[in-house]
Amino acid sequence: MSDREHHHLIDEDTTFIVQGITGREAVNLTRECLDYGSKIVGGVTPGRRGRDVHGVPVFDSVAQLVEEVGEVPDGSVVTVPPAFTRDAVFEAIEAGVALIVIVTERIPRQDVAQMVELATLRGARIIGPNCLGIIRPGVAKMGGIGGPARDARKAYEPGSIGVMSRSGGMTTEISSTLSAAGLGVSTAISIGGDAIIGSTYAELMSLFEADEQTEGIVIYTEPGGRMEAQLAEWVVENESRLPIVAFMAGRFMDEMPGMSFGHAGTIVEGRADTAAEKINRLQSAGITVAEEISEIPDLMREKLGQKATA
Amino acid sequence: MRFYEYESRRILAREGIPLSKHGFARSAEEAKRVAAEIEGPVVIKSQVLSGGRMKAGGVKFADTPEEAEAHAREILQLEIGGHMPRGVLVDARAAIKQEYYAGVIYDGVRKRPTFVFSDMGGIDIEEVADTNPERIGRGHFSTILPHMDFRAKDVIASIGITGSELNRLTPILSKLARLFLKYDMTLAEINPLAQLEDGTFVAVDAHMDLENEARPRQRELLEELGVGDEETREAREPTEFEIRGEQIDAVDHRGVAGNVTEFDGNLGLVIGAGGGSLTLFDAVRRHGGKPANYCEIGGNPSVSKAKNLTKLVLEKPGVDKIAVMMSIVSNTRVDIVARGVIKACLELGHDPAEKIAVFRIPGAWEEEGFKILEKYGVEYYDRSVSMHEAARRAVEKVGAASDGAGPSVDEHPPATVDAGTSGEGEAP
Repeated sequence: MSDREHHHLIDEDTTFIVQGITGREAVNLTRECLDYGSKIVGGVTPGRRGRDVHGVPVFDSVAQLVEEVGEVPDGSVVTVPPAFTRDAVFEAIEAGVALIVIVTERIPRQDVAQMVELATLRGARIIGPNCLGIIRPGVAKMGGIGGPARDARKAYEPGSIGVMSRSGGMTTEISSTLSAAGLGVSTAISIGGDAIIGSTYAELMSLFEADEQTEGIVIYTEPGGRMEAQLAEWVVENESRLPIVAFMAGRFMDEMPGMSFGHAGTIVEGRADTAAEKINRLQSAGITVAEEISEIPDLMREKLGQKATA
Repeated sequence: MRFYEYESRRILAREGIPLSKHGFARSAEEAKRVAAEIEGPVVIKSQVLSGGRMKAGGVKFADTPEEAEAHAREILQLEIGGHMPRGVLVDARAAIKQEYYAGVIYDGVRKRPTFVFSDMGGIDIEEVADTNPERIGRGHFSTILPHMDFRAKDVIASIGITGSELNRLTPILSKLARLFLKYDMTLAEINPLAQLEDGTFVAVDAHMDLENEARPRQRELLEELGVGDEETREAREPTEFEIRGEQIDAVDHRGVAGNVTEFDGNLGLVIGAGGGSLTLFDAVRRHGGKPANYCEIGGNPSVSKAKNLTKLVLEKPGVDKIAVMMSIVSNTRVDIVARGVIKACLELGHDPAEKIAVFRIPGAWEEEGFKILEKYGVEYYDRSVSMHEAARRAVEKVGAASDGAGPSVDEHPPATVDAGTSGEGEAP
């Protein structure tokens, strides 16, 4: 662990491992991250010690990996099946790994609550589950975000806007829109679409606040949960310097309570869960809510301009 | 996954939470027998997965077994919220001194389960939260430390309850929290939790939801309750179209064609992925379009999965054209989806250029995909055309196509939730 975590989730020196590295998706993800310039120091699949994946050595356990590599990696990308995810995350946390990206989907909520509780006790941070990870355009990526390095370079250009999204695919769509408009992206985080996730918008805001490169924030959100209310409160309480533009998908779900679309966490169960209610909350905190993705760059420029003249 | 009240009661009984004397009956005769065993006045309650039973006439009071039988006969015929009852619950009607609410849910912001407790039971807890927030106690508890009864006690005491009530309520709320974790619930509530004239407490109604993702490891409980794997227990029964959608997804493990949902419009949608589908469905409606369906493709589906889903949508009565749209893909391959949707058109004898209003999937393997689309004359867009713009053009095309034909969709009464209504208001 080093000082850099206080400002950035990942940078050019960030080392990480891949748990479940010999799985098909994990092999692709490893290739993509290496091509993008990320530092993957090892992988773990029990029983596969001694193999390698695109030159990355495989170990039976995180403890074994730490001993042989000679240092605790900064992070881990967890891609093991849902029934084994909790134990894999516990293993990483207990080995001292401070940043854990959980890619796996369909993990029961109780397991997520347990992983988050242990992470909090140990001072580790979890991103996900059911997410694509983190990218700092032109620097490194941790997870499948943006896909193969070539595609990721096309969609993500380095720039000034931080992106946080409950949808992995929409992280790329929004970042591509910002890049095409010349604003670019400082860091983009696919935070995951489940009802309980390791890091919410509000919990990641302070990192963007402290990052000089970031001048504004775009979030992608959906019905279900109270994370937007939490963000709205955070922004007001902390007098955030960063203008925020939000995009809310799934507005049609307001008419269909009890039904789940999109992600596991996307369900209208109470009044506070509806898209309409969330839009109100965000707007009352000074957050602009875009009607279409393509409006986002102009809305952001407008907000940045207002800030400059204020 | 929702449980019926009679199942929720069995779970409560399994964990030692006291219940009023009751029995489940699938027929009127059985209801009569249960009422006779209970002796005295009873309540007959429809066992149906939708709320609002009382208003719909699904709850009736009876003083004699004969009356219970007559009420049961009526209730068993009564559809509530689109669901037929699975049976009736015959419950002893005891004199109640006071009604409480006891519940456990997850708090997504604090990421922990939380108790919700109130001495204003018998009504919707959200209503209590609005009118008397001070009458609701809340408190989180750990999912990794051993369960601590004092957490439940603190919550109950926080709304001013003391004396024997506090000591009798604490184990009930604590047991509810234990079973919530043990059975991977996302909601466990007893409402009302009734205090009888003799001071004892019994659960009079219960509602539980088990997390779908945890079904594999809760097999033992589900088997005991007789819940089959095929029972989805969703808010709404799946339609024939939706069942076929599920089958298309299930027979081929490559990629996902999920959440196929039927609507009553004329624009078929082959859209993805999770967030992209939500965005695109909104976009179609925003531009006045009427979707025939919702779906989420992703995870790099095979040509045959893309093809079969597209065929399903194309064959849906009332569908004039389809729009094939996704947010930028990095895992799913553009060329594979393109091949699948074109094949579907050809196999059904349609001209792809005519049936596919727009194709907007940018990303992985797009050059290869665009080449195929060009060959068949299908209108396609790269990422420079936004998702909303693609949706707008699709709506425009299908609108032009059905001109003069009138609102043909009305010939096919919606077997589903009508989400087209507000779309009409937004139409230009």
